[in-house]
Amino acid sequence: MFFYIFALLTLGGGILTITRRNAVHSAIALIVSLLGVAGLYLLQQAEFLFAVQIVLYIGGIMVLFLFVIMLVNLDEAAKQAQFNGAWAVCLACLVGIGAEVWWFVSRSSSMAAWHKPLASVAAAVKGSGNTERIADSLFSEYLLPFEVASVLLLVAVVGSVFMARKESPQE
Amino acid sequence: MQSITTMHYVVLAGALFLIGTMGVLTRRNIVIILMSIELILNAVNINLVTFSRMYGGVQGQVFAIFVIALAVAEAAVGLGILIAMFRNKGTVLADEVDLLKW
Repeated sequence: MFFYIFALLTLGGGILTITRRNAVHSAIALIVSLLGVAGLYLLQQAEFLFAVQIVLYIGGIMVLFLFVIMLVNLDEAAKQAQFNGAWAVCLACLVGIGAEVWWFVSRSSSMAAWHKPLASVAAAVKGSGNTERIADSLFSEYLLPFEVASVLLLVAVVGSVFMARKESPQE
Repeated sequence: MQSITTMHYVVLAGALFLIGTMGVLTRRNIVIILMSIELILNAVNINLVTFSRMYGGVQGQVFAIFVIALAVAEAAVGLGILIAMFRNKGTVLADEVDLLKW
């Protein structure tokens, strides 16, 4: 039951995001969509990701987007055509991706497991808390990717500050 | 009402992915193209979490965290490029940046 509510939020928000003329309306629709995804995480007993989704995506990335929308003057862009008219290319890509995904999904060897209700596998997840298990996995099994991700974030911070700054007068 | 299976989540994630792809391919405003990329990454995350639940492990959720970290980095760099571009060319429409096109 909750699945359908959150799925509706997610897909409805997504469709509104890509169709609105005003970028602020798009951002608000995207927040609704991300909230729906957060609800889906909660339904799947991924409580840590639920918190991360709300704090990082809705609290962090969306504020960043709204900042940039306010910083960049979008009034001019809102008056012009919003779609680039590449409908044939778009349709071809959608059909191609959809067919590819359907083909792989229908050939999956674990197909029987895909049609089992997810509530029946929940028993295996019991034990210590979700956050604890993620931390165990993250800091032992995936320590190297974790450190690489931290370097990547540092590079992104330095790079975006460098690109967004004004030209300094002495050069 | 039938109970929710892995298939439900996979179909939902596929639909969200296609919506995001459509946004990337058809919109002209770069801010909204970046938002569509966020939609695509979220569709991938839904799949990762679903399969992590299906196999009873936590690895999928760990990878979802890495995807979120990548999304943050991508948004920061993308918006930085957008601000620099707006300052230099005065536009945020993707098809007006056609210096390399003939």
